[in-house]
Amino acid sequence: MSVIETFPPFRWTARFLGWFGIDGRALVVAIPFLWLLVFFLVPFLVVAKISVSEPAIAMPPYTPIISWDGLYATINLSFENYSYLFTDALYRNAYIFSIRIAFVSAVLALLIGYPIADYIARSPEPKRSLLLMLVILPFWTSFLLRVYAWQGFLRSNGVINNFLIWTGVTDTPIQMLQTDFAVYLGIVYTYLPFMILPLYANLVKLDESLLEASADLGARPVSTFFNVTLPLSMPGVIAGFMLVFVPAIGEFVIPELLGGPDTLMIGKVLWNEFFQNRDWPVASAVAIAMLVALVIPIMILRRAEQRAADAS
Amino acid sequence: MTVTTPAAVAKPWLAATDAPFVRIEGVTKKFGDFTAVNDVSLKIYKGELFCLLGGSGCGKSTLLRMLAGFEAPTEGRIEIDGQDMAGLAPYDRPTNMMFQSYALFPHMSVEKNVAYGLRRDGVGKAEAMGRVAEMLGLVQLSKFAHRRPHQLSGGQRQRVALARSLIKRPKLLLLDEPLGALDKKLREETQFELVKIQESLGVTFIVVTHDQEEAMTLSTRIGVMDSGEIVQVGEPPEIYEHPNSRYVADFIGSVNTFEGRVSADEADYIEIAAPEIGGDIHVGHGVSCILGQQVWYAIRPEKISISRDRPEGSRNAFRAKVDEIAYMGNLSVFRLTLPSGKIMKVTRANLSRHEEDGITWDDEIWISWDDTAGVVLTQ
Repeated sequence: MSVIETFPPFRWTARFLGWFGIDGRALVVAIPFLWLLVFFLVPFLVVAKISVSEPAIAMPPYTPIISWDGLYATINLSFENYSYLFTDALYRNAYIFSIRIAFVSAVLALLIGYPIADYIARSPEPKRSLLLMLVILPFWTSFLLRVYAWQGFLRSNGVINNFLIWTGVTDTPIQMLQTDFAVYLGIVYTYLPFMILPLYANLVKLDESLLEASADLGARPVSTFFNVTLPLSMPGVIAGFMLVFVPAIGEFVIPELLGGPDTLMIGKVLWNEFFQNRDWPVASAVAIAMLVALVIPIMILRRAEQRAADAS
Repeated sequence: MTVTTPAAVAKPWLAATDAPFVRIEGVTKKFGDFTAVNDVSLKIYKGELFCLLGGSGCGKSTLLRMLAGFEAPTEGRIEIDGQDMAGLAPYDRPTNMMFQSYALFPHMSVEKNVAYGLRRDGVGKAEAMGRVAEMLGLVQLSKFAHRRPHQLSGGQRQRVALARSLIKRPKLLLLDEPLGALDKKLREETQFELVKIQESLGVTFIVVTHDQEEAMTLSTRIGVMDSGEIVQVGEPPEIYEHPNSRYVADFIGSVNTFEGRVSADEADYIEIAAPEIGGDIHVGHGVSCILGQQVWYAIRPEKISISRDRPEGSRNAFRAKVDEIAYMGNLSVFRLTLPSGKIMKVTRANLSRHEEDGITWDDEIWISWDDTAGVVLTQ
């Protein structure tokens, strides 16, 4: 028994908790669960509640869902906010556009990140640590600052255009800022480390002798990649893809700073509903619908993965 | 322990008429300052089962990897079937390798693993599957064709790896510690299977192993390696009975070595004054040496007789005391102390089920041997 365990207040607390079947192990596990409950589930329920209420000119700007009428409580659930999402094409377009931007960005990040991750994983040890640090290095400056810096590069009189005019490639500046291109660039640039790190973690575990065996059996490097390396790194590919795709859908800062007026991503629609229209219920419905639209495919994917793992 | 094979009867290495199948000429491999393989030259003939034997870090695996094309020699030349291998990638070489870790693809079934080499060569699915089924039959794994590698036992995985490396009918099969991961009983069974398969397919095998017993059982010839160099090449009995150095004598089997100086050097015999044994050792054949030269006399434990009384007419009879007896069933190992304090080992086959002379702990006994039983080593 350690000193702390013999300390009376500790002993009494432990005995008290023991009556309820709670031991040290349960307590350790309970803390992160409690954290998730308080900081994720409760806010989610609050948002869900707002999404089924009606807008009102009040403080807060929505009607309560439970109204007291003397003795009886009446529950007013309004699903109009959700049906509204289907009637106005704005929302549908914003969802499709967001998913498209996020998907293309995730694919680009995968195409760029995979060779980098593979190169780092195959590097000798001291070099490997250095390269990994370089991947993580951008996190040490503010995300906002880095996106602003891209404005400086992409502007009509920015670094890239000045360079192109100076070298004579073009006479007039090319419009890069406030285009979808700038949004893709910003998302891929920002989220690339989230693609590289899980891929690296997977590829570094890949047994070198499998690649040698493949070459020995007559596979050229490209064939070895598609037959051995890629299939074995699929968990890393999926993890990296999800880590880029999911947050990119709700991205607000990058389309706001780099995108144009017609770059209508769902994050921006949410912002407008919330802060300009002050329509909290619709804003909440937008958020919940997005979550449902995302969670279901992810759950299907996880189920498929689980089944594949069980089968092997 | 040597399995005499029909292929071994031919012994092409004795007649210098056949062209060698694998020719390794002055091959050196350096990793930075470290020389892993130092100026190795070898000729290996068609149909041979050649063992590269040595302790860990002796360069045997590096040599094998150079044959497979995973490493390029720093110096020297490797030829397989008359073709220079310089600059050829593994996938362009007529070799296949069986890896020490087996390196089976975990995401593929046994069948797909074995078919891999054929499919990469563009062999059609139907033909490939036919050949796979045949090969799985040969290694007795037909029932497991649809399993994944992790659902197999060590011995089954080893056979999948063997099937996969043989499916393309390579001219040369390289095996890196093929039986290392198996337990003793399975290893012994598999050794004979390996020899059988090698004979039936007529493929040339080069096997890397650190297990001298495995090398003795499998090979037509053994190349003993030490610190990146080949120290002796020969057939198993030659390596065992005529080692050319103390390293080889000590590495293969167990041996008693006595240091001494040549005290008589005649045409048909020499004598060695060996203070450790307390007398002169008589060697019944001529040895190229000079009087007074430092030599080592090496004798295997099973070639020494022990008796209570001085044996009649033996030129090599010395006193010893029984220190320890280990009963192994088929034989007993005696640990003896000589008057000089040196400890030596003698084995005696347990021919009958009773102890005939009842030699036991602490008995003063005589050891003796034939005057051709040992080897005189000069290095």
